[in-house]
Amino acid sequence: MNQKLQITVSPHIRSSVTTGSIMLDVIIALCPALAASVWLFGPRALYITAICVLSCILCELAFELITRRTPTIGDLSAIVTGMLLAFNLPVTIPEWQAVIGSIVAIVVVKQLFGGIGCNFANPAITARIVLLLSFSGTMTNWTKPAGFSGGELVSSATPLVAEPGAAPSLYDLFLGKHGGCLGETCALALLIGGVYLLIRKVITWQTPVAFIGTVFLISFFAGDCSAPAALYQILSGGLMLGAFFMATDYATSPPTAAGKLVFGIGCGLITAAIRLWGTYPEGVSFAILFMNILTPYITKLCARKVFGAVPAKKAGAGSAKERSRQSI
Amino acid sequence: MKRMKGVKVPHMKSTGDSIPARMTDLDIAVYPMVQHIGTPCKPVCRPGDPVYVGTLLGQKNGGLSSPIYSGVSGTVNKIEDILLSDGRYAPAVYVLPDGKMTPDPTIAPPTVTDLQGFIHAVEDSGIVGLGGAGFPTGVKLHVGDSSRIQEIIINGAECEPYITSDTRTMLDRGQDMQEGIRLLQKYLGAKKIIIAVEKNKPTCIRAMRSIAGGDDTVSVKVLPSVYPQGAEKVLIYHTTGKVVPEGGLPIDVGVIVLNCTTLAEIARYIRTGMPLVEKCVTVDGSAVASPMNVIVPIGATLEAVFNFCGAFKAQPGKVLYGGPMMGVSVPELSMPVLKQTNALLALDAKDAAPVDAANCIRCGRCTNVCPVGLAPVSIAAAYGSGSMETLQKIHTNLCMECGCCSYVCPAKRPLVQQNKLAKAALAAWLKSNR
Repeated sequence: MNQKLQITVSPHIRSSVTTGSIMLDVIIALCPALAASVWLFGPRALYITAICVLSCILCELAFELITRRTPTIGDLSAIVTGMLLAFNLPVTIPEWQAVIGSIVAIVVVKQLFGGIGCNFANPAITARIVLLLSFSGTMTNWTKPAGFSGGELVSSATPLVAEPGAAPSLYDLFLGKHGGCLGETCALALLIGGVYLLIRKVITWQTPVAFIGTVFLISFFAGDCSAPAALYQILSGGLMLGAFFMATDYATSPPTAAGKLVFGIGCGLITAAIRLWGTYPEGVSFAILFMNILTPYITKLCARKVFGAVPAKKAGAGSAKERSRQSI
Repeated sequence: MKRMKGVKVPHMKSTGDSIPARMTDLDIAVYPMVQHIGTPCKPVCRPGDPVYVGTLLGQKNGGLSSPIYSGVSGTVNKIEDILLSDGRYAPAVYVLPDGKMTPDPTIAPPTVTDLQGFIHAVEDSGIVGLGGAGFPTGVKLHVGDSSRIQEIIINGAECEPYITSDTRTMLDRGQDMQEGIRLLQKYLGAKKIIIAVEKNKPTCIRAMRSIAGGDDTVSVKVLPSVYPQGAEKVLIYHTTGKVVPEGGLPIDVGVIVLNCTTLAEIARYIRTGMPLVEKCVTVDGSAVASPMNVIVPIGATLEAVFNFCGAFKAQPGKVLYGGPMMGVSVPELSMPVLKQTNALLALDAKDAAPVDAANCIRCGRCTNVCPVGLAPVSIAAAYGSGSMETLQKIHTNLCMECGCCSYVCPAKRPLVQQNKLAKAALAAWLKSNR
């Protein structure tokens, strides 16, 4: 019995949660919204999503091969980025513009900063903003969902700029029967996905509740205390998608509960401010990107209180006789 | 009261009902002179000397040390250096057992009349923290003025997966524990004694309640079933609400913590005079044929103990002293059971498969589960850049190495390992700056 035994540091058991399993959960959570987008906008929604996902995977693989790094497409994060990017595009977007979005997201925002976990901004959000500024025409070519306008994809305004009278009902908003990016319109499907992520403990409630709650409250008080008007605000645009899937991105948001609340409230404030008083009809992407930049500071301010900590000066003196439970 | 964080680890306590079997037949017994935190003992025997169960082999050397006794009768074979599981070398006494397990004829119960006598007796007993820490118990009881002690906590949390040896103490040695409590009351003047047990051991909670029954100063505290309840600072906070300050000891807040088996051993020593020579050990893990609890003479080799438990059903990939969260992996099966060994685990190749670390995804799980609220990622970053001031500022020293951060990390990063390295570097830096 003189076989070789492994020597490693404790702990010797690990949780079954891996980066890959988390990403898989996010993909599963995005599936209801993907199904809804196909139902609303037709098969082209699936086609655009496939293009984004494939180009994201290829970009990641190509970059890592060229820079001689270990390929990380196995962690599934490129698929998540691809899906989120597609969900942020109008269904009529030309394929080549979608591919440019993937390159921006994966190569510029994610890989040039060091790959997964090292990016300071959300790849899909940043790519959407780059595309919006570069191709304002095609990026704001909203279409009314096909099945509800005589079978054709007809241009329509996003409900955020809809004329009074032409605005969809709250019920239609909830089901996603209105113009918008292909994955952002169906609040119901996004909520199902968000609840799944909460149950699976992939995300916590703080960010989405603070984000959506802030937008609701500001719209409520800015809109003469009308609850339907405030509901209209939180059900339209990219708020549900942003609050559950983009603002909760680990690398670009604070890790602690308090930090997530601050982050969510900040996102909500900026979103509402842009929507109500800004030039752009929609502010979710800008809000998240701006809060991404503030994340390191929020993280620092909202660090957890250390148990039994005494200020650093005193700590040096008497700590030699450490007697915490540890091995020899 | 806000609870301290932690992780829900799988309990795996399948040996809880296994009444310990006694193992007596050994080929060799090995006694490294370090079986405690502190300086190694000085061997007091020579090759050829006859020894009995309870004969002194190594005497206490300096303040933070504890004597080591033979667990078998036989002859001293040799004294030579042995590689310990922490990578150090220390002298070890090898004893060839005669198979008779004859107790040392000079053994007699100690005469204890006052606190000093009690502390001396505990020092002589060779008892160390049997929960796994190995801190000499006599030193722990040396608190100067015993009126400082407000509460004594008996630690029956046993929060590590697999291990059930403390469970067996609570179920089988209630008498010893009760006696031990009386000794603490008599000599330390303990005003309040709290027996703390994790919620997942209802039979132990019942047994402990029956011990505490009828005495107002003894109570049972049921702890949540979240690792690491048994860690000293967590235990003190959850039973008394007191916060042990950074760099401080439990006695600074008027508390002493004793493991339940340590307590039972103290009582047994005062009654019989037989020092610490045997240990109840949980033998478990995916490579062990019949997992069970065994009362092992200290010094028995791991190979002998595993063979006693029906040997291996699969090739072991990793063998551990202690539980899977804080246990130490063992390089050779020729290493012995030590005083503070409470479990031996043999994991098969699948359970022992090494994990590859990937990029940190900054999910914050490590920070959110840390019982003391540290940020392991920040510690790793500060250690990587060599910034000792930052390490000090973010209270790296408070890490108790429980392993929750590494356990939850989805990228499987060696976080607690980096914390340990950072702590060592910080300690060296503080020493050189003093």
